[in-house]
Amino acid sequence: MWLKFEQRTEPSPLMSYLSPAFAVGLMLLSGMALFFVLGRSPIAGFRIFFLNPVKDLYGVSELLLKATPLMLCAVGLSVGFRANVWNIGAEGQFLMGALAAGGVALHFPNSTSPFLLPGMVLAGALGGMAWAAIPAWLRTRFNANEILTSLMLVYVAQLAVSWLVHGPWKDPEGFNFPQTQMFQAKALLPVLVEGSRVNAALFIAIAALAIGWVFMNRSFLGYQMKVAGQAENAGRYAGFSSKRTIWMGMLVGGALAGIAGMSEVAGPVGQITEHISPGYGFAAMIVAFVGRLTPIGIFFSSLLLALLYVGGEQVQQYLGLPSAISNVFQGMLLFFLLASDVFINFRLRRMARRQ
Amino acid sequence: MGLDLLTYILFATVMAGTPLIIAGLGELVTEKAGVLNLGCEGMMSVGAVAAFAVAYSTHNYFLAVIAGLGSGMVMSLLFAVAALTLMASQVACGLALSIFGVGLAAFIGKPLESMSLVAGKPVPIPLLSRIPILGPAFFQQQALVYFSWALLAAVAWFLYRSKPGLVLRAVGEAPVSAHAIGYRVVRIRYLAVMFGGAMAGVAGAFMVLFYTPLWVEGMIAGRGWISIALVVFSTWRPVRVLVGAYLFGGCMIAQMFVQASGVQLNIPAQFLSALPYLATILVLVLISHNRSSIRLNSPASLGQPFLPDV
Amino acid sequence: MAMRNLALMLVSGTLLLAQAPVKVGFVYVSPIGDAGYTYQHDLGRKAMEAALKGKVTTQVVENVEEGADAERVIRSLATDGCKMIFTTSFGYMNPTAKVAAAFPNVSFFHATGYKSSKNMATYNGRFYEGRYLNGVIAGKMTKTHIAGFVGAFPIPEVMMAIDAFTLGMRSVDPKAEVHVVWVNSWFDPGKEREATMSLISQGADMITQHTDSTVVVQTVEEQHKAKNVWCFSYNSDMSKYAPTSQLSGDITDWSHYYTRTVENVLAGKGIGPNTWDGIKDGMIKIAPYNVAVPKDVRSYVDKVMADMKAGKVHAFQGPVLAQDGTVKVPKGKVMSDNDLGAINYYVQGVVGNVPKG
Repeated sequence: MWLKFEQRTEPSPLMSYLSPAFAVGLMLLSGMALFFVLGRSPIAGFRIFFLNPVKDLYGVSELLLKATPLMLCAVGLSVGFRANVWNIGAEGQFLMGALAAGGVALHFPNSTSPFLLPGMVLAGALGGMAWAAIPAWLRTRFNANEILTSLMLVYVAQLAVSWLVHGPWKDPEGFNFPQTQMFQAKALLPVLVEGSRVNAALFIAIAALAIGWVFMNRSFLGYQMKVAGQAENAGRYAGFSSKRTIWMGMLVGGALAGIAGMSEVAGPVGQITEHISPGYGFAAMIVAFVGRLTPIGIFFSSLLLALLYVGGEQVQQYLGLPSAISNVFQGMLLFFLLASDVFINFRLRRMARRQ
Repeated sequence: MGLDLLTYILFATVMAGTPLIIAGLGELVTEKAGVLNLGCEGMMSVGAVAAFAVAYSTHNYFLAVIAGLGSGMVMSLLFAVAALTLMASQVACGLALSIFGVGLAAFIGKPLESMSLVAGKPVPIPLLSRIPILGPAFFQQQALVYFSWALLAAVAWFLYRSKPGLVLRAVGEAPVSAHAIGYRVVRIRYLAVMFGGAMAGVAGAFMVLFYTPLWVEGMIAGRGWISIALVVFSTWRPVRVLVGAYLFGGCMIAQMFVQASGVQLNIPAQFLSALPYLATILVLVLISHNRSSIRLNSPASLGQPFLPDV
Repeated sequence: MAMRNLALMLVSGTLLLAQAPVKVGFVYVSPIGDAGYTYQHDLGRKAMEAALKGKVTTQVVENVEEGADAERVIRSLATDGCKMIFTTSFGYMNPTAKVAAAFPNVSFFHATGYKSSKNMATYNGRFYEGRYLNGVIAGKMTKTHIAGFVGAFPIPEVMMAIDAFTLGMRSVDPKAEVHVVWVNSWFDPGKEREATMSLISQGADMITQHTDSTVVVQTVEEQHKAKNVWCFSYNSDMSKYAPTSQLSGDITDWSHYYTRTVENVLAGKGIGPNTWDGIKDGMIKIAPYNVAVPKDVRSYVDKVMADMKAGKVHAFQGPVLAQDGTVKVPKGKVMSDNDLGAINYYVQGVVGNVPKG
């Protein structure tokens, strides 16, 4: 007896919905097994990891706070990923957006203009876009692989942040510590719920999801990009410009990552330091995939990944497990998803003998 | 003092470049078979932590390197099953592997953090190590450095002078034709991926056993990604992987030596640190710009899933 | 009868409350490991717990990244019932201040920072004192008159360390010069090793670090026989990693501070003033002398240490000249704590310029 994969005549819509559910389920099971192997009660582990973070309003607000930059980055990335434009440098674009927005805030420390915050959002988007334009240009002009160029630029962006907070932008009253001044109140995003940290960026994120949905499903350019991604030759014959696809894919990703960067420095951090991103740009890639590159999916997967982060902190605090457990769960989730995805396009057939 | 300094710089460059060569050659073989495995960073991390754990408990460094090799191979199997058998996107699987691998290594390595090993002893080659300047720089190195050179020769010979190597390259160029002739494409790709994983594991082992004899979360610090970049940099030619690795290693070292000399520099330290990455981008651009060169050398089916019997 | 029962209940209830151990929280920036900055804090914590046996329990969260997430962890400790929370890294300053404002009944203590409030105090160690003494040993024993310093970031704490080491070294060897390599990280073993090798290649035979891994001293140990190089550890005694080549080190002992502070809060004396303790308070020590350190050097350094404790010698006593020649401390005077906390220049004897940025 022999099992073989047989391609389906068309992708199974049922499996496209079930597959993420399978993946999450497998991740939960593996997680509980992991807790057991580590000598902790699987039930306690499950409770502390998944339920503790949301047991009160503050917890829920923290979850939304953490999910916001993930949502923003992921929807931007998914526009590109759908079109086979692999923007791996979202982390760098996030940082550049933060720098651009922070630069505006620092330049106008006493402004009371209502345009300050919107200006910062715009600056963040432009900063991220500018950084993403580099790999886009290198790809369209020189055929340089955007995976590697965008990734190298992440390291450069981190060094740029380091240089600025140690040097030109260092707070003169900050005892020479590597940080900028705290942003004034008008340059901070308004908090939505008193006592929590979740701020207006959440609305921007949801708006981005909505716009993203419209773009992907109702616009011609979105359609062109989807075709370019799934059937490159067909796209070329139809006259869809691959250059435009690459530029769009990179710039949209860069812009949204830049806004996410702005939301972090104009939000919970309130200044620029060397620690403004705990790897959001990379986590957003997982959010995008697990969310099936669709805005609705991304909404849920960003909440899930935020839960994995906060849950990891909780088990670190209460069960003494290393914080890297979050990454382990994230990686497992993605692998399980990629694995169960096979059933969308293929089914298993039993063969009587080898063919 | 001047010549002595040159020896130091060469010595440090060779050390810095060695893990890049080993991992890079492994990735090159994988890519020659048409598979793009972006999970190098994850495989190196797991190889490193496994090697460290074994070395810490057994004090047998040979065994530790084997442990690194084995665990890198096992990690690559995760990728292989997902990308080759389950036909998921190779890019996504590679990303998943790199994130998962780094996290898993940090996780497993927690109890080992800040524990320390005695660094492995260098193995001087008898006559050659007496050559002035070049001797101490190249021939008083760790055993794995010599291994990296031997690996280069072996991979070059395998790919361009042996039948199995020819088959592997055929699989990378035209998998459908290769399949029609009767070669087991998926199986060959599995082997190529496993070789890449094994080498990444050895490179990780080198880091913890001979370069900086301790384990800490994140110590691979991007070297896995740089190894992948090196393969493109090298236009998939083995010797160029070595050249690129030493260039890159040299870049990383140079800024330290410049600082240590006390030369008055008005360039921010961060700019110097950024040079290796900017240099990589520049070279990538120069290499890729020549489209015919890229097309000539890059495996035609790189990154595309192979669907048998479709 | 009812009154008696009520009284009994009240008394036993109060006794129970009085006896319930108080929770004290600790937030660490890196894993505890077995050497380094966080390890020393943890040693201090354990000592405090032992000294106040039964009266306190501690809750530790390690490897907490500086940044927005730290606020959540600190807050979680507070809502979990900790009455005192020690946050041990500079990057926790703003998160600690924010949570302190939200929890006025909890006492917060932040290390190596500068913000304080009604329920938040700072604490720090005069690491530079140990550096000065290490520098004296280096000056006495160097053969090349060159020392090497592996630095993390050019912030005041590290600049103070470099300058103090240089001043100490030149107090006995006026020809000495100190070369600095910046690795831009508190913990990057690969870079720290490369930095050490590059300093050795410049002829430095006395190496020290203001970074957190053991790689620097391990590299020196490796090269010790061939190059006759020696090292000084930082934070912890790292002689187990460099048994033949570690001459001494600059060690921080947080135990007295932790015990004293927790006791004061338990006794209702409040959070106390911002603390900056040094050798005379037992917070700073130097590691035991290597067997290679000759007797006369030991007695000389012991004398300087005693003078420091008595206040007769200060690491930054005049004349102190910056690299460019300006007089920072005139002869006969001593640098003020405020000026110390803002040092951003090299003193004469340090080679190279402070990185721009």
